[in-house]
Amino acid sequence: MNVTTNTRAQRMSFWEKLYLPEIAKGLALTFKTMFKPKLTRQYPEERWEPLGSYRGRPVLVLEEEGERCVACGLCSRVCPALAIEVQAGETEREKERYPVKFEINMLRCIYCGLCEEVCPEEAIVMSKDYDIVFHSQEEAIFGKDKLLVPIARLQERLEFLRQYK
Amino acid sequence: MPTITIDGRKIETQPGKTIIEAALDNGIVIPHFCWHPALSVAGNCRMCLVRVGSYKKAADGSLERDSEGNPVVQWLPKLQIACATPVSDGMVVDTKGEKTVAAQNAVMEFLLINHPLDCPICDEAGQCKLQEYAFKHSRGESRFTEEKVHKPKRIRWSDRIVFDGERCILCSRCIRFANEIAKQPVLTFVERNDHVTIELFEGTQFDSPYSMNVIELCPVGALTSADFRFKARVWDMSFTPSVCPGCARGCNIHIGVRDNQILRLEPRPNPHVNQYWMCDAGRLEQYQWVNTGRISGAWLRQNGRHVSVPIDEALDSAAELLKRHGKQSMMILSGSITNEDAFVARQFAEAFGVREMAYVTVEDPSFGDDFLRCSDRNANSTGLRTIGIEGNAWQQLLERVQQYSPELIYFVGADPLTAGHNEWTAVLEKVPTIIAQLSNHSSLEAYAEIVLPAATYAEIEGTFTNIDGWVQYLQPALETKETLRINGMKQSRLDKFGAPNDRWTHGERRLCRPHWKLMTEIASRAGHQWSYRTARDVFAALSDTVTQFQGMTYEALIEYRGIRLSSPPEPVGVVYESHYMRPQAE
Repeated sequence: MNVTTNTRAQRMSFWEKLYLPEIAKGLALTFKTMFKPKLTRQYPEERWEPLGSYRGRPVLVLEEEGERCVACGLCSRVCPALAIEVQAGETEREKERYPVKFEINMLRCIYCGLCEEVCPEEAIVMSKDYDIVFHSQEEAIFGKDKLLVPIARLQERLEFLRQYK
Repeated sequence: MPTITIDGRKIETQPGKTIIEAALDNGIVIPHFCWHPALSVAGNCRMCLVRVGSYKKAADGSLERDSEGNPVVQWLPKLQIACATPVSDGMVVDTKGEKTVAAQNAVMEFLLINHPLDCPICDEAGQCKLQEYAFKHSRGESRFTEEKVHKPKRIRWSDRIVFDGERCILCSRCIRFANEIAKQPVLTFVERNDHVTIELFEGTQFDSPYSMNVIELCPVGALTSADFRFKARVWDMSFTPSVCPGCARGCNIHIGVRDNQILRLEPRPNPHVNQYWMCDAGRLEQYQWVNTGRISGAWLRQNGRHVSVPIDEALDSAAELLKRHGKQSMMILSGSITNEDAFVARQFAEAFGVREMAYVTVEDPSFGDDFLRCSDRNANSTGLRTIGIEGNAWQQLLERVQQYSPELIYFVGADPLTAGHNEWTAVLEKVPTIIAQLSNHSSLEAYAEIVLPAATYAEIEGTFTNIDGWVQYLQPALETKETLRINGMKQSRLDKFGAPNDRWTHGERRLCRPHWKLMTEIASRAGHQWSYRTARDVFAALSDTVTQFQGMTYEALIEYRGIRLSSPPEPVGVVYESHYMRPQAE
């Protein structure tokens, strides 16, 4: 039978086929890396701090007067995974609408950031939280208590949005 | 008969019509805000500007033609408003040309200058005429960088209507509605120039029994319902065409549902019955009772205590009791059951030899008026009478019960105690057996041997016959434990994509059945086999048996928006929908 093969062994040069020089090369790389600075992190004791452009879990901006969100429902409408549920209510504040209930099902969320993009009030933004864990499906539904984050902690993201959105 | 040409299409129309009416009759929609077919012409929004002209004629009377042989049109130098320009023979109208579109865009830009663009907090968003046209006829960006005019916001015109002056585009539809339809002329424009706003006359309220119609009438979100405010977004709701059960008029409605809860009722145009309107009482009172206080599942009295049982078990014992006491029994029907329920009830009474049968009349002269509201508060008394069931008031029924002292009373939807007739308690205590088909919890349950869960008008397929004999079709808007929304019911976005682990899908589903179904099942247990599997089967039998219903089918009832008893169907023509781009518009 006329079969041509092109295996890795057939492509090796003479020096590579000798084997020992390659071993030496490998060991040299290992020794060199031993004296370089370490890249491994001792997570979760050592945590990585992402940049402002990072899309972690979505959170609601909490200002001094209360939440920015007016419960317009656009995030819920645009969410491709249908993760967000909003129930609006009436307040006496100047913006007469506020979210009575705001829930994000973190099992559904795909961190696409469309909710942030569509938000007319810049009230929902992607945070830097990336390690989101829970023990049950019920626990995975985050309500306002978990979603509201003081604006001071979101400055970096808001700055990023102002520049690039 | 004047013949006019709109966008190159020749249209035959009647003299005296305006361009916008002639166009609408032929399915051409000219953008407009202030015009409404039921109101007088105001001509103040300028949105319906069109180019109008006529064919140029040569001296010998023949049409002048250009080099390509097309007739030359002599256009009027300025654009005309289509809502106030009457048609004349040979008129040429251009609604899509460059000049017309430029004018429409300019009008939109002017309207948006002082509009706050607070769509995120506005209830109208998603069904707003201004949004529709901003989407279709606007530049997309505002050139206006100055401060917008500030006007009064959140003004209560009554405890039902909230007015927002900034959102108002001054179309005057509400003013004309108050003057012409509601006959309560309390609204007027005040101020001048861009500060114009709408105010109530001092010391008045806009609280006519029809006042809430201005909420749908308003092309923008300037008028919102205090009752509905912020309950849900339009695009998250499903809207099911239905009929209001509040009185014998049977106004056509849309049932707005989210998560199997009715959130609002709103009028649906039907030229045969209610034109474009419905009363505030129907809108506010006819949905809460469907959402709350409902009976779900059957009850049975065992050893003096009510025990929840599977429906089948309750039906078995109901059949047993009726077989035993049927001949000495009495059936009391509600006047708001459907024609199908009434037809099966009559058959049921014959099958068991029920001695007495009547429906309860509910007359409330203080409710009736000379427009839509009827003093007959039953949704279907005409239908019940046509099917051959007589009506009695609670007082008369009480006397009949005292006279005959029946061994069993079978209540179908009727309930004297919730209706406030407490003199019945003494009688109910004396009657040995009471079976009740009820939709809502009531003190009547305490006297009943068996309680069967009945579905409400929002959960069933069926027909009502209104006071003028219009038979109108109802379709289910809410799921029960035994029906599935995907089987032909109107679905919102959330209904389509929700999964069982989403909290927004957990709205209550009740275990309940239509009256006719419960009765059919009891009859079949007593050996009367009827072949009714759906309401459609019952209606087919009804239209075969009762001459006034002859020839009617559900399809025809939907197509003609109701058919009058013993009359041929009448076509409705083009029905005007003001907000035509809203989700799930018909």
